This record gives sequence, C-alpha cells and structure tokens, in this order.
Amino acid sequence: MWNQVMEFWSFNDLNVRYVTLGVCLIGISTAIVGCFTFLKKKALVGDAIAHAALPGVCLGFMLFDSKNPIVLLGGAFVTGWISLLAIDLITAKTKIKSDTSIGLVLSIFFGIGILLLTAIQRSGNAAQSGLDKFLFGKAASILPEDVYILGSVGLVLICTILLFFKPLSMVAFDPGYAKSIGIPVGLLELILSTLTVLAVATGIQAVGVVLMAALLITPAIAARYWTDRLWLMVLLAALFGGFSGTMGAMVSYLAPAMPTGPWIVVVISIIAFLSILFAPRKGFVARRLKLVRHRNKVLHENILKAFYHLAEEDASFYQARTAQEIYNRRPMPQKMLAKGLQSLKRKDLLKNESGDYWRLTKQGKEIGQRIVRIHRLWELYLQRFLKMAPDHVHPDADAMEHIISPELEALLVDELGNPQRDPHDREIPYNN
Amino acid sequence: MIIQAENPVVEVHNLSVTYHNKPVLWEADFSIPAGNLVGILGPNGAGKTTLIKAIMNLVDPSSGYVKLFDRPLDEVRPRVSYVPQKESVDWDFPTNVLDVVLMGRFGKRGFFRSWTRKDKEIALACLEKVGMQDFQKRQISQLSGGQQQRVFLARSLAQEADLYFMDEPFAGIDAATEDSILKLLLEMRSMGKTLLIVHHDLQSAFEYFDWFVFLNTRLVASGPKAEVFNREILQETYGSKLTLLHTISNLLTKEGLPMRDETDLE
Repeated sequence: MWNQVMEFWSFNDLNVRYVTLGVCLIGISTAIVGCFTFLKKKALVGDAIAHAALPGVCLGFMLFDSKNPIVLLGGAFVTGWISLLAIDLITAKTKIKSDTSIGLVLSIFFGIGILLLTAIQRSGNAAQSGLDKFLFGKAASILPEDVYILGSVGLVLICTILLFFKPLSMVAFDPGYAKSIGIPVGLLELILSTLTVLAVATGIQAVGVVLMAALLITPAIAARYWTDRLWLMVLLAALFGGFSGTMGAMVSYLAPAMPTGPWIVVVISIIAFLSILFAPRKGFVARRLKLVRHRNKVLHENILKAFYHLAEEDASFYQARTAQEIYNRRPMPQKMLAKGLQSLKRKDLLKNESGDYWRLTKQGKEIGQRIVRIHRLWELYLQRFLKMAPDHVHPDADAMEHIISPELEALLVDELGNPQRDPHDREIPYNN
Repeated sequence: MIIQAENPVVEVHNLSVTYHNKPVLWEADFSIPAGNLVGILGPNGAGKTTLIKAIMNLVDPSSGYVKLFDRPLDEVRPRVSYVPQKESVDWDFPTNVLDVVLMGRFGKRGFFRSWTRKDKEIALACLEKVGMQDFQKRQISQLSGGQQQRVFLARSLAQEADLYFMDEPFAGIDAATEDSILKLLLEMRSMGKTLLIVHHDLQSAFEYFDWFVFLNTRLVASGPKAEVFNREILQETYGSKLTLLHTISNLLTKEGLPMRDETDLE
C-alpha cells in the first residue's frame, strides 16, 4: 500500500501523470467557476446541470456510436444547457417557484438519463462498457487523449474567469447597478452559465454526475470561511479543488475498483468541514473560544465588582477579604470563584498574602470601579431614555457592564451629561 | 395635475410596467427640468422603485419610452447614475468599501483595464464627501445600515454624472446622517445636477424637494412644489385607489391578459 502511494507520487507512470494532471485541472477550474456560482446563489442550479448531463452523454453515445470525449462532452454540454433554459423558462412563464423548477428539471433529466443508460446497457453493444462510470466517476478511465481535451477546456475556463474577473464580480454583487453603468449583464450571465455547464461537462468524467455539484460548490464554501477578499477566496477554492482532484486520482490508482467521485467528495468535504470548524474568526471553534473568553472576563469582572462593592460599604478599598465574604456579596459556584481568584492573582489584579485573604491591587480596584460605574450609567440610561422603572433596570445592566467599551462609555457619559447618581441614588464612581 | 417642464432632462412618455400581468405602473407621462431636487412619492406598492428601474432600463416596460437629455439612455449612460435600494444586495459579499466605490469608476475605465491611481483618488474623495474615509478597507458585512447607504452614495458620486436616480437613500439612517446626506444633495443641485429621489416621509419631503412626482400606480401629479404639494393631491395619492382602475388591473392579473394590443405594429 505504502509503496503504491510512493509510486503514485513519483509520477513515474506516464498514465498516472496524465490522469492526475487532468483531474487536478478539472478540480481547479471547476472550483474557480463554482465560486461565482456560489456567490450568485446558484448552487442548486449547478446540481441540476450536472444531473442533466447524463442524458447528454448517453445520447452522444447513441447518435455517434462512439466514446470519443468530444462527443460525450458535447452531449453533456447540450443537455446541460437545455436544463438551464428549462429552469429559466419554467420560472419565468409559470407560477412555479425557482426551487421547485430546479428540482423538477433535475429529476426529469436524470430520470431520462438513467433510462437511456439502461437501454444502452441492455442493447448488447460491447463498446458501451464504461459508460456507467459517468454516474460516480472514474479518474483512472481518463485516457491520455482525454486529458488534452479536459486540460484545454479547463484552461479556457480559468482564462475566461480571470479575463472577466472584475465585471463578473460586479455582476455577482449588484447586477442592477452593474447594468445601470453599462456592463452587459445579460452577456456576462450567459458567459458564466456557459462556463458552469462546461465545468460540469468536463468534471463528470472524474466525479460523476451525481456528485458533481460538490466539486463545484464545496471548495467555494470552504474558501469563504478563510477570507473576506474575493481573489483570495477564488485562489483558495482553486487550491482545495485541485488538491481533492489529485487525491481522487490517487485513490483511483490505488484501488481501481473504487469510483473516484465519492473519494473526491470525501476529501473536499473534509476540507470544508475543517474550515467550518477551525477557520479564524468565522469558524465554530473561534466563535466558541470568543464566548469562553467572554465568560472568563465576566467572572473576573464580577469578582472585582464584589470587592469594590464591599469596599464601598466600609470605605476601605485595599482591605483584605476572604472568599466567603466575596461569596456572600455575589453568590457563584465555589469552584468558579476559587478559579477566578487564582487567575486574578496571576494577572496582578488581586494580591493573596496569607491563607484565604485577598486584597485588590490598584489596577484591580480601577477595573472594579469601572464595572460599577458602567453598571450605574447604563441603569440611568435605561431609566432616562427607555423610561424603564428603577426596579427593572438591574438585570440588563448586569450584562451590559461587561460589554460596553471605553468609547461607548464616553458616549454614555456625554449623553447623560456627567451624571453623579444612579436611579437608586448611589454614587457613580469616576476615576480621578 | 401634470406640469411639463421646458427643456427637460428627463422625459417619460406613456410608461407602463407589468409584473406577471399585474400593472404596477400605469401610463406615467411627465418631464423634469434640470437642476432640481425631485421627490418621487407615493404609498407602498405605488410603483416608485419600478418607475426608476424602468427609466434605467432594468425592467422592461410594456409600453412607452424614456428620454434623458433628449436621448435614449444608452447614448448618455456616462451622464446618468443610479443608486439602488441597499436591501437589493447581499452585504455578506466578500469585498471591501473601497472596491464597492471603485465600481463607480467602471464606466470610465472599461472592461479590462485595472483601476488607476486617479480612480482610487476619486473614490477616496467620494468616501470623504459622505464621511466614510476611515472605512475604506472595512469589510462591507461590518457596516451599519446608514454606512451601507453612504457607501452606495459614494459609489454613485464616483461616476461623476449629471443626473442621479436614488432609491430610498434616506431609508433606515439616523438623523445626523440624513442631514449630512441632504447637505450633499443640495450641494450637488447647486452644481447644476438633477436628482430624482424616491422618498417615503411626507414631512421631510416638503422641506427637501423642489419638484414632486406623486405616484399611486398611475401618475397623480408632477410639478413644482408650490403647484402640486397640496391637500387635494396628497389625498389623491395616499387615499384609496381608483376603484374602477383597480378592478380592471385585477382582471388583467387574474385572466393573464396583456395591457397592450400586441398585434398593433405602431
């Protein structure tokens, strides 16, 4: 097994070289086109086109009695286009909504395709063997001469997208405005549709019609998680698409009995899954971490606030307190309190001189004071501007005191005109 | 009451638009003089957005035609700018503020040439005019509604046009932003530009605009403020629909019938 993997990556086998190059190019070009399909929210249309390619492949074979890639690709291209027109026509001329018409066209065309495929397989024509590979794809069945065709179509796709990158992105973002400044939106949409159909037609040999949409859309989804810049997104999608294509080719080499499509889809799905989980800022883990950090911040600030409240009562800010005193002032799970005290000590916001005696440092006092100040400012704001009763303002202020930034605090003080007392007639402590 | 302008910059002739056989704009016929701040007003569903989309050739009219600067739109496009409703786009699109504003320079630059330093300078100057110069690198999904509106406005300014159609530029913004946008529009008017603005608030409309177009599916009135901003016309615009017109319009929709005799070659 390991030897075979090494053998594959050495690219000594000429056939491997061709197949990998072909599938990799397919992955890259499909992913690039797919970015625009995705941004134009036409992902499902891509799926319909892919399924509609099957009857085209079969018809091409039946009419010309040949498995020449140009014939099959041409057939897929024609029926793919017809399905696209059918979707637009049904949506425009009937009361059927677009999602329904996509579903309708997808299943009808695919149904016809399966029908034709079965008919061909029963016909006893020996040349037909291998046509069923178009269902789930088989990279290894790509011949060197196919690669020239797939490769050139792939290059055409990539070059066209790069050439029209600027206007295409404008049309994807704001078609109405784009048209108003004289961009031929209709023509560009036609070009994009043609590219989509072409991408699908070339891709089905590697991935198969059933899973083609995944190769079109998933790289774009994954890439979107990593960046907010369009060109970078397209670049990443191309990288993901090319990589999963290459992996598919490898699987096809290692296990000739395996269909390639599912493997390519597994690889690209793993990439997408990892992106959704671990991408910075947008990823699930990053957002989760942010929440955890906020929760820690709330814990720390609540403890410091309790210190400050106690200090207000006996007017001695640097008096040592026990954990029990803090607990009595602000009940919270004992474990959390202990953990919070320790980490506040590490941050030099509390000092712990002997045993269970804790006292504020100067910095700690300032934070505690700031939280109390924001709490009271917000209570006052709610009372004055939202006309809330003084006995209703407390819970909201308890949450906001940890969220309001220094800039917002300054606005708040300004808006309220440097207030001195809160709705409960307690002093608002300023730092002076 | 429809007062036609002398030497108009905008001429709308018998313009009708239907969506799925439902007439949403019925035989609008009016003209607008140069250098005016024009308010397009009417209740919800009166066809205000449809009117400017039809003028900008974004929807196909079922009858009528439009002339801008006495020419068809295609011949004068560089002089005309359109500001769509900010809700019409997906603000989660992967792009930043400066790139959106640069779209306005496309007409000057064309398909394949990249932006020049001058384009960027103009785009930045336009951002400054709307008070958004500090946001040029900001991802557009992080903008507030008022900021989105101002970015659209800056993009339109970057076109350096003479005639502007703006769809609800005052929707969903705070009072301070509204003031600064209004100041900008007044400044543009004083430079001789003509601005047609879809607006929803009657009270501020009276202060802002010099010329009014009142719509309620049909054109109720068009003319200078002194002539058309009165109780009668407001009542006609915002009061009940014309019953007979409404019934016929429903009939067309229900039966799926065309608004025009399609065999008429004229």
